[in-house]
Amino acid sequence: MAIKKTFANCDEAVADIFDGAAIMIGGFGSFGGLPINLIVALARQGAKNLTVIANQGGVGFDLSKRIKPGGYQDIGALYEKGQVKKFIGSVPALGGMPPTSPIETLYREGKVEIEMVPQGTLAERIRAGAGGLGGFYTPTGVGTPVEAGKEKRTINGREYLLEMPLTADFALIKAHKADTLGNLVYRGTARCFNPIMAMAAQTTIVEVDELVQPGELDPEVVVTPHVFVSRIVEVRI
Amino acid sequence: MKDRLDEQTIALRVAKEFQDGMVINLGYGMPGLCANLIPEDRTIYFHGENGILGYGALGEDAEKDYELINASDQPVTRMPGMVFFDSAMSFDMIRGGHIDLVVLGAYQVSEAGDLANWGRPGRPATGMGGGMDLAAGCKALIVMMLHTTKDGAPRIVKQCSFPLTAKNCVDKIFTDLAVIDVTEKGLVLKEVAPGWTAQEVQALTEAPLIIAGDLKEIEL
Repeated sequence: MAIKKTFANCDEAVADIFDGAAIMIGGFGSFGGLPINLIVALARQGAKNLTVIANQGGVGFDLSKRIKPGGYQDIGALYEKGQVKKFIGSVPALGGMPPTSPIETLYREGKVEIEMVPQGTLAERIRAGAGGLGGFYTPTGVGTPVEAGKEKRTINGREYLLEMPLTADFALIKAHKADTLGNLVYRGTARCFNPIMAMAAQTTIVEVDELVQPGELDPEVVVTPHVFVSRIVEVRI
Repeated sequence: MKDRLDEQTIALRVAKEFQDGMVINLGYGMPGLCANLIPEDRTIYFHGENGILGYGALGEDAEKDYELINASDQPVTRMPGMVFFDSAMSFDMIRGGHIDLVVLGAYQVSEAGDLANWGRPGRPATGMGGGMDLAAGCKALIVMMLHTTKDGAPRIVKQCSFPLTAKNCVDKIFTDLAVIDVTEKGLVLKEVAPGWTAQEVQALTEAPLIIAGDLKEIEL
């Protein structure tokens, strides 16, 4: 018997996320690939002192109207409820936006920590964590504030920085379709950080547009094999 | 006040650099305008660090698909041969030298080609996104920006005072006043906006400019 991975709703799927957990949140930052129903459920659930690992810090609902007509929810929902202790990502705040996003406001007030990571380094640190590696050397960030405190090494005449792996207690991700085993396919640019985060957490929770039976997804096009997925919630749009 | 080029016109000039078959990444903000201005006889494969290669022009309102966006959160259009991939593979393409040309915006560029494009005073939470990886890995890097700040201060400087994206990474600078090559000897002024002299451009540039022997007006 396969373990039952399907959950009736997002609230049940995130119920055991504990205070102090490290959580990867997929997507690019804005709409498209952001597991927004899981995020909103986590905001309702209320776990505190979270470390959030995500590409962007979220702009919050007010500023989101400048990006998409009508606006949208994003990770900002978690800051607004004071649930986040630390953010690790490449774009905590957008330079082209006013300095009023929830994370930037809290950062100014000293209420949230930020670890700024170049986007490619973030992706590779997640992949390293997912694959059981101890780190890697990258040329990204040499000669910039990013190199502070890091081992620098010359390889074949070029300077590189040592970067460490990232893992998490939970990953919240978005996929287009899952079968009930947890095999996943994505849609368009909603793929981005989702497949690598799915691999890097103890417990990976996915929200999908459509849940199907094993055999209905072409095994040649599955992007995330089911071994990486713990929980599945279908959110029909 | 003399006229300066508007952003569309700078983008048109930048797009003239796009050679047939190139893989090109357009950075956040102004560079995105270039996607709709490709010279007619050329095929360009636009790369977005969010995991897309070969997208078309920016989408019209009617066809907006928010799961089909570039790295500036702008909906784009589908093209035959377009392909999607995850963020790790996207940055393999970038760091691995598979991107021919990157066009980035900037706050400052130094005479040595250092780039500062993500942090500025008073905004400690704005991030570098993929800029550092793009600057470290691409074959050629173009900066597209306004020549001076809103207050008239030069953005092309001797030393960047803002935090760096990468050292010595910029190859060419396109502004509303000039086209400038970054060379080992220094900054070479190649083209000026219509009606502007080299001396007038220099007066708005902190770093010294070497005037090219074949200096000309920007042509579109």
